[in-house]
Amino acid sequence: MSFPWLTVMLAVPVIVALALAFAPKSISATTVKQIALGTSLVVLVLGIVMAIRFDNNGGMQFTETHDWIKTFGAHYALGVDGLGLSLVLLTLILTPVVILASWNDGDEGRWGPKGFFAWILALEGLAVGVFAATDVFLFYIFFEATLIPIYFLVGGYGGPNRAKAAVKFLLYNLFGGLVMLAAVIALYVESAKATSGPSYLLSDLSHLHVGTDVGRWMFLGFMVAFVVKAPLFPLHTWLADTCEEATPGTSVLLVSVLDKIGSFGMVRFCLVLFPEASRWATPAVVVLAVISIIYGALMAIGSDNIPRLIAYTSVSHFGFIVLGIFVLNSQGLSGANLYMFNHGLSTAALFLIGGFLISRKGTASISRMGGIEKVAPVLAGLFLVSGLATLSLPGLSPFISEFLVIVGAFVYSPWAAAFAVTGIVLAALYILVMYQRMMTGPGPEEIASSPISDLNVREIVSVVPVIALIVLLGFFPKPLLDMLNPGVQHSLVQVGAHDPTPTVPLSGPLSGGTGEGGSK
Amino acid sequence: MTHFTAPHIEYSQLAPVLIVLAVATLGVLVEAFVPRAQRYLVQVSLAVVGSIAALGDTFWVFDKLNPGHGTVHPGQVVAEGALAIDGPTLFCWILVLGFAVMGVLLFAERRLEGGVTAFAGQASALPGTDAERIASTQGMEHTEVFPLLMFAVSGMMIFPAANDLITVFVALEVLSLPLYLLCGLARRRRLLSQEAAMKYFMLGAFSSGFFVYGLALVYGYAGSLGYAQIAAAVAGKTGSHGLLLIGMGMLAVGMFFKIGAAPFQAWVPDVYQGAPTAVTAFMAAGTKVAGFGALFRLFYVAFGGARTDWLPVAWAVAILTMVVGSVLALAQTDVKRLLAYSSIAHTGFILTAFLGARSLADIGPGNIQPVQALLFYLTTYGLTNIAAFAIVTLVRDSSGEATSFTAWTGLGRKSPLVAGAFSFLLLGLAGIPLTSGFIGKWAVFASAMSAGAWPVVVIAVLGSAAAAFFYARIIVLMFFHDPVADGPSVVLPSILTSGVITVCVAGTVVLGLVPGPLLDLLGRVAVFIR
Repeated sequence: MSFPWLTVMLAVPVIVALALAFAPKSISATTVKQIALGTSLVVLVLGIVMAIRFDNNGGMQFTETHDWIKTFGAHYALGVDGLGLSLVLLTLILTPVVILASWNDGDEGRWGPKGFFAWILALEGLAVGVFAATDVFLFYIFFEATLIPIYFLVGGYGGPNRAKAAVKFLLYNLFGGLVMLAAVIALYVESAKATSGPSYLLSDLSHLHVGTDVGRWMFLGFMVAFVVKAPLFPLHTWLADTCEEATPGTSVLLVSVLDKIGSFGMVRFCLVLFPEASRWATPAVVVLAVISIIYGALMAIGSDNIPRLIAYTSVSHFGFIVLGIFVLNSQGLSGANLYMFNHGLSTAALFLIGGFLISRKGTASISRMGGIEKVAPVLAGLFLVSGLATLSLPGLSPFISEFLVIVGAFVYSPWAAAFAVTGIVLAALYILVMYQRMMTGPGPEEIASSPISDLNVREIVSVVPVIALIVLLGFFPKPLLDMLNPGVQHSLVQVGAHDPTPTVPLSGPLSGGTGEGGSK
Repeated sequence: MTHFTAPHIEYSQLAPVLIVLAVATLGVLVEAFVPRAQRYLVQVSLAVVGSIAALGDTFWVFDKLNPGHGTVHPGQVVAEGALAIDGPTLFCWILVLGFAVMGVLLFAERRLEGGVTAFAGQASALPGTDAERIASTQGMEHTEVFPLLMFAVSGMMIFPAANDLITVFVALEVLSLPLYLLCGLARRRRLLSQEAAMKYFMLGAFSSGFFVYGLALVYGYAGSLGYAQIAAAVAGKTGSHGLLLIGMGMLAVGMFFKIGAAPFQAWVPDVYQGAPTAVTAFMAAGTKVAGFGALFRLFYVAFGGARTDWLPVAWAVAILTMVVGSVLALAQTDVKRLLAYSSIAHTGFILTAFLGARSLADIGPGNIQPVQALLFYLTTYGLTNIAAFAIVTLVRDSSGEATSFTAWTGLGRKSPLVAGAFSFLLLGLAGIPLTSGFIGKWAVFASAMSAGAWPVVVIAVLGSAAAAFFYARIIVLMFFHDPVADGPSVVLPSILTSGVITVCVAGTVVLGLVPGPLLDLLGRVAVFIR
C-alpha cells in the first residue's frame, strides 16, 4: 500500500490541534506558537513533495478508498486532481503564513493562544479533507465540520460584536449546508436504485443517470450551499459582517481558503454530477455572477472599513470565478480554476497587511487614516502591491485569471463580458482610492502626534512569501496552468460542453510562455 | 366446553421481561422487610443487577432466535400471539435496559444533594410544612423509586413487543403509571414537580381513553385484537372503512401523545421541567424507544395495508411536530424546557422515518429501511439526551439545579470540561457531522426521501437549521459571555453520574465516527415478524 499522503496531511494538523487543546495549562504561549508553526511547515513540506510527485496528466491521484458506512454507500475516499491539489496547496501555504502573521492575535482572546492555534490547525486539516474528498458523503461531513473552527475563531477572538457575527456566519452556512443535505440524501436515493447498491463515490455517481427534474432539484440543493459559501449576491451578507469582526488571520482562512469550497464544489460536484442541470441553469447563474461582480465592487467603493472593503472585493471576485465556471468553455473554466488560487493569495496579503495597520492604529476606519506611507513605507509598499494584485494589474498573478474569465465570458456572450469588464474598472477605483485615502497626503491631525512603527521582521517574513508567489505566478503561471488544465478538459467533457469555433490559444501570447496551457 | 387448555407460554424467550418484573416485585418486598438504613444499597444493587441480568438474557435470546440471518421467520410470536419477539423488539429491549441501567445510576446519585438522592424525603408531606422539614433534616429518602423504575421498564419492554391491542394497552399503562409517580417526587421545587405529575397523569389518562376507544372501534372492524388478524381484515377490506379510519385515528392519538408529537405535545415541556432531572433523562430516552417501537409495529404490521390512509396524516403530524418543536424552542430561557422542546422537534425528525413506509418489495437490497433508521436514531438520541440531562443536574446553586439561561452564562469559563461536553452533546442534538446525531438524521431523512416524502425532508432540514440556532445560542451563552456574579457552580458528581455521562458522550462520538457496524446489524434485524 502506498503512502497515504492526504490522510497524513489531514490527520497531522488535527491531531496536533487536539494535543494543544488538551495540553497542560503550564505550557507557555511561545511553545504553543512554535509547535503550531512547526506543524504547519512540516505539512507544507509534505504538500510540496506531493506536488512534485504529481503527474499533470494522471487524473485523480494519491487516491485512498476504504468502505466507511456500507449502508449509506459512504466511503473514506480521498484523491486530488489538479484543481484539488492547487487548493490543498493554497491551504498549506496560507496556514503557516497566517500563524506567523497572527503571532500575537490569540493572546487577548477568550481561550488564549492555545485555543487560537489549535482551531487554526484543526481548520487546516479539515480544509485538506474538503478539497481531497472524492466521496460526496465525506465531502459533506468535512464541509460542515469546517464551520466549527471558524465559528469559534470568530466568536472567541474578534472585535466587540464577534458573538453576533459568529452566529450569523454559522446560520447562513448551516442553512446552505442543510439544504445541500437534502440534495445529498436525494442523491443516495437515486444511487440506491442502481443494481450495485448505493454509493457516494464520485466515480460511481458520475455514471449515474438521473431524471431531468430530479437532477435539477438536486443541482439547486448543492448550488444553494455553494452560493452561500462562495458568497454570491444575494446570499453574501454574512461575509462582510464576519470579516469585520474576525481577526485578519481568521478572515484569510475564511475568504481565501474556505470560501473556495463553494467555487470548488460547483466545479467538482455541480458540473460533474448534474451536467444537464448545469447547462440549464447557466443563464441564471451567469446573471447572478455579473450582479455580484458589480454589486460587490460598488459596495467596496462605499465601505469605510478596511476588512469590509476587502470582503466586498471578494464578493466581486467570486462573481468572476463563478462566471468563469458557468460560461462552460475552456478559457472561462481554466481562468476560474486559476483565479481560485490567485484570489487566495492576493486577498490573504491584503487582509494581513490591512490587519497589521489596524492593530497599529487601533481603528479599521479608512477615513481616520492618512499619510501612512511616510511613517511606514514598507507597510504601504506591500499593501500597494497586494492592492494592485487585487485590481488585476498585468504582471501580477490575478490578471491572467481575470483575463481568461473575461475571454470565456466573451465567447459565451459579449454582453456578459461587457458587464463583467466594468468590474475591473471599479476595482481600480476601490483599491486606488483606498490607497490614496489611507497612505498618502498629510492625514488627520493625530498622525503627527501618534506615529506608527513600520512592519517588523516577523510581519515582513510572513507576507513576503505570498507577495513573491503573486509576482512569480504573474510572470510564469505555466506550472499552475499545466496542473489545472487537464482537469478543465475533463470537467467540460463531463458537462457535455464544447468550445465553440477555433479556440483562442489559452493565455499564450499574453502572459508570455504558457504556450501549451490551453491547447490540450 | 369441558376441558381447559393451558396457554402455552415460551418462558425462555420472555425471561428478560420476567426478570425485570421479578426485580420490581422484590424491590417492593425490600421496602417492607429491609431496615431503612440498608434499603438504598439493596435497592440500587438489586436494580442494577436485575437490569444487567435482563440485558444479558436479552442477548442470549437474541442469539438463540437469531433474527435477521436469512431465516424465513426472523423471530417468534409467543404467549399465544400476545407478544412478538423479533429483531426490533429485542433491539428495543437492549436499548430500554441499557437506559434503565443508566437511569438507576442517575437515580442513585447522592453527592449532588449532599448525601441524599434527588427525590423527596417524604412524598406525602405537604410542601412547606414541618413534616417536610423534619423529613429532610432526618435525611429520609424514597427508595421506592427503584422498583417504580423497574415497573416502568417492564412496561417499556412489553410495549414495543405487544402483538395485540389489549397487550399494547396494558403495557402503555404499566409504563405510564410509575412515570406519573416518579415525576412528582422531586426533592426541590416540589410544587412544580407535583404539578408536572398531575398534568402528565391527567393528559395521559385522557389519551388512554382515546386509545381504548380506538381499540374498541378497530375490534368492531376486524373482529379481533391480534395484529395479524387486523392486517388480514385490512387486506381483505371486510368491514366498514369509516370504522377503520376512526379507530386508527384514535389509536394514533394515544400513541402520538406518548411520544410527544404535535398537536399532543403540550405536556412535554411542563413535565420535563418539573420532574426530577434524573427521571426526565430516563423518561425522555426510554419512553421514546417504547413508544416509537409500538407505533411502528402497530401501523406497519396491523395497518400496513391501509398505508395510503394514514400516511397523509403522518406527514402532517411530522411536519407540525418539527415546526412546533423548533419554533417554540427559540423562545425558551430555561435549559430543561429547551431540551424538552428539542425533544419535541426530535420526535418530528424520528417521525420522518415513519413516512418511509412502503411495501417490502420496493426496498431494494442494501437500501435503508425505516425501522433500521428508527432504531439507530433512538440509540443516538437516547444516549445524547441522557448525558445532556445528566449534565443539567451538575449545574447548581444554593436552591438546587440552576436551569435558567442567565445561570448558565459564562459556564465555559468556570468549568470548560462540563461546558465543552455539553456543547458537544448539543452539536450532536443539532445533527452536526462527526456526531451520532448527524448519522441518525441522515438515516431518517433518507428513509423518508426513499418513499418520496421529499417535501417533508426539505421542511425537516429547514427545521434543523432553526434547531441549530437555539442549540448554538446555549453554546454562545456558555462560551462567548462572561459569567454572572455569584452564579451557580458545577458540583462534582460521584462516579455514578460521571460514569453515565462519559459512556453517553463516548457513544455519541463513536456512533458519529464508525456507525457502520451498528447500522449493518440493524439492517439485518429491522424486520417485523408478522
